[in-house]
Amino acid sequence: MERSVSLIIPPDLLVKIYQNGEKSFPDEGAGFLFGTDTPTRRVLAVYDLANAREDAARHNRFLITPEDYLKGELEAERLGLDVIGVFHSHPDSPNHASEYDREWAQPYFSYVITSVYSGKALESRSWRLAEDRSQFIEETITSA
Amino acid sequence: MPTLRIPTPLRVYTDGQSEIPVNGATVSEALSDLVTRHPAIKQHIFKEDGELQPFVNLFKGQENIVFLGGLDTPLAEKDSLRIIPSIAGG
Repeated sequence: MERSVSLIIPPDLLVKIYQNGEKSFPDEGAGFLFGTDTPTRRVLAVYDLANAREDAARHNRFLITPEDYLKGELEAERLGLDVIGVFHSHPDSPNHASEYDREWAQPYFSYVITSVYSGKALESRSWRLAEDRSQFIEETITSA
Repeated sequence: MPTLRIPTPLRVYTDGQSEIPVNGATVSEALSDLVTRHPAIKQHIFKEDGELQPFVNLFKGQENIVFLGGLDTPLAEKDSLRIIPSIAGG
């Protein structure tokens, strides 16, 4: 499987990802990335989703229910796009993929993680699960 | 044959197919058929001990198999089984 090393996120969509994290603060926010994968992986739409974790855990955990997953896939199909990844925020913590992120990660997806400090989004980084699930491999986010 | 709907992140292991026919009279048999035909998908469906990965949800039609017979849920010829991942992290 050919793997791209970069993820294109247009600036206006990166702003939407930031806004999701800021609006969700001090909880983790999350959603899907819709786009295309050829010739390079490119985000074309951002789809906010509810964090379904219980109140006490939302500050450092997120969950997208199977029902919402299905709604997301159907919406991507309606738009003629693919679900190419997941974004979520790390409130008051770095935008590194955690061990918990790795345990629950899906192959193929880009995982964009945004650090949000004191309610302000700082930076996003993106990660892809290694083929053997042993680790995440960082990919470069570019704007074009 | 029952059909199995593949979620986007796993389609790289089924040659890009989003829906495939599977052999099996139960959910367990259908998943065994899937991993036999597409071995690279196995680690994303099953843990090393053979149990389902915690993020794997299976729906027969509109119903989660947890509320049916679990992996022993029977599948009829025209049934549709869908793998839906729980997306989680933090």
